[in-house]
Amino acid sequence: MISKAFTARLARGQAALVPYVTAGYPERGSTLGVMEALADAGADVIELGVPFSDPLADGPTIQHASFVSIGKGMTVHGVLDDLASFRARRDTPVVLFTYLNPLLRYGLTAFLRDAVAAGAHGLLVTDLPTGSDPQIEAEITASPLDLIRLVAPTTPVERVPEVAKGGSGFLYYISRMGVTGTRTELRTELAAEVGRIRAAVELPVAVGFGISSPEQAAAVAAVADGVVVGSAIIQALDRGGAAEAGRFLASLRKQMDG
Amino acid sequence: MTPADATATQRFGPYGGRYVPETLIHALDELTEAYAAAGLDAEFRSSLAALLKDFAGRPTPLYHARRLGQAAGHASVYLKREDLNHTGAHKINNTLGQALLAVRMGKRRIIAETGAGQHGVATATACALFDLDCVVYMGEEDVQRQALNVYRMELLGAEVRPVGAGTRTLKDATNEAIRDWVTNVGTTHYIIGSVVGPDPFPRMVRDFQSVIGHEAREQILEAEGRLPAAVVACVGGGSNAIGIFHAFVPDAGVELVGVEAAGEGLDSGHHSASLAAGSPGVLHGSLSYLLQDSDGQVAPAHSVSAGLDYPGVGPEHSFLKDTQRARYTSATDDEALDAFHRLSELEGIIAALESAHAVAHVLAHGRTYAGPVVVCLSGRGDKDVAHVARIEGRGSLL
Repeated sequence: MISKAFTARLARGQAALVPYVTAGYPERGSTLGVMEALADAGADVIELGVPFSDPLADGPTIQHASFVSIGKGMTVHGVLDDLASFRARRDTPVVLFTYLNPLLRYGLTAFLRDAVAAGAHGLLVTDLPTGSDPQIEAEITASPLDLIRLVAPTTPVERVPEVAKGGSGFLYYISRMGVTGTRTELRTELAAEVGRIRAAVELPVAVGFGISSPEQAAAVAAVADGVVVGSAIIQALDRGGAAEAGRFLASLRKQMDG
Repeated sequence: MTPADATATQRFGPYGGRYVPETLIHALDELTEAYAAAGLDAEFRSSLAALLKDFAGRPTPLYHARRLGQAAGHASVYLKREDLNHTGAHKINNTLGQALLAVRMGKRRIIAETGAGQHGVATATACALFDLDCVVYMGEEDVQRQALNVYRMELLGAEVRPVGAGTRTLKDATNEAIRDWVTNVGTTHYIIGSVVGPDPFPRMVRDFQSVIGHEAREQILEAEGRLPAAVVACVGGGSNAIGIFHAFVPDAGVELVGVEAAGEGLDSGHHSASLAAGSPGVLHGSLSYLLQDSDGQVAPAHSVSAGLDYPGVGPEHSFLKDTQRARYTSATDDEALDAFHRLSELEGIIAALESAHAVAHVLAHGRTYAGPVVVCLSGRGDKDVAHVARIEGRGSLL
């Protein structure tokens, strides 16, 4: 489902658009409305964030969203319930974006089973880099879920194929050093870096971390197979709720396709 | 050794690992290789040995605390005086080693997290010595509890960045330090202060701290002509405990006792006893015992001592617990405060509140050991004096 969503865009000469939202933000009951707005505004894949108390790969925006969501009672079961509600109404593929500990506590086998049942298509675990835990990685790979792998600017070129090997769906390239969060400028080396990675792997390559404007999204779309937008979606939610998040995403889509 | 072996992740049984963002993997590989190479380099080892002797003041004494022993039910108690190190705690053993390694790796910027401030001070000190830029992350609550150490770090030329997120203590300071490292990993070395974090940190910090136990083992053999019945140390992240335990691990007859912070009591929910009351989970890059709720969210820790106020624990301690090579118990805030007073009055030693937890265990249970007991007095208590006075309603005096 996920790679098909990318292929469909690529067939039209376009890049896929992948928005991220923290489940249960800003309210416990917000998730469904936000996901529908994103799906209807042109999301090809949605990353649904499982909030965690210690999100060490995230900047202030997603940290705040995570703390609010947990504070209002969101749980892993709650995230899966919200996903099931969305799945009953839309077909857009969903990647669960999470840290490892909530999965371990839930029980990995049970989590994979329940995530599939709720309608997830992929799983991205920020603190499970390739090779860190072969047993856990193998169990995820053997499940129906795509394991979304990350490549960083610090990943040595020779490690890229190894990272991609265990992954499916798409490969996520972290466009800059650091944590999630919006930035005003993209690095000039980005096009060359993405080019090297695309040459080394079969999977579509999406780029994320720091993309906050239609112009940036279009610039990334010109060099990559997909564009991931996270903190900027949360900020749009803060400005004007699900409707504003949808309008913002549509503005990215328009500029990317223009 | 092939390059693959040099960078292979090591674990303690199932515990430890490298559960970190991909961005850090290359830096951890580089650090692992650099650390392995440094260990084989006689010049590195002799530089570090000279610094520990001439700058930190090692070896630290093993002091026979007779009045404390008497108060503990006629036990024979020895204190390993890590409080007499330069900067007042064992933390300097690790920061000198890691700073020397950072220089060797060409990293000129150092970051660190700190709880009580002792590791921050020890890091700032090593950075002053080696002329390295130093940024220390410290929870806002700890900045208030340990104001003296904040100023001390600033005197030493470090920048202290208060962390207002989450619990505003050591856990969140560590999160923020890791975020900094992810952002600046090309120029920056992260000097973790305890035996926590992703591999190779837990074993590297253990190695740098193991000087405590190697000295103590020789000293007790010289003083008593035999090994101790037990070695006792407080456990937050667990660096002083691993440091003193390590040399004694092969000595099966020596009981290793870690004392966690029971805070307001293990049943109160306000404590830091990850080994006694937690369950295995992943925090700060490694799998280890962890205080967490039923949903896998990390639970807030509590201790009167900022240095023990941490919901995780070093992965090697989890392994020592499961294999029953070490035993882990706890002391409450009140017991630690009582031990803080009694050690001051009995021996003329004002211990850190962290170390007071180990002293509290000996006061309560010293008589149960069949031979001499070695207690790691990991730090001195000057930093805690104002805090204790405040707790006892005498804050206006200071």
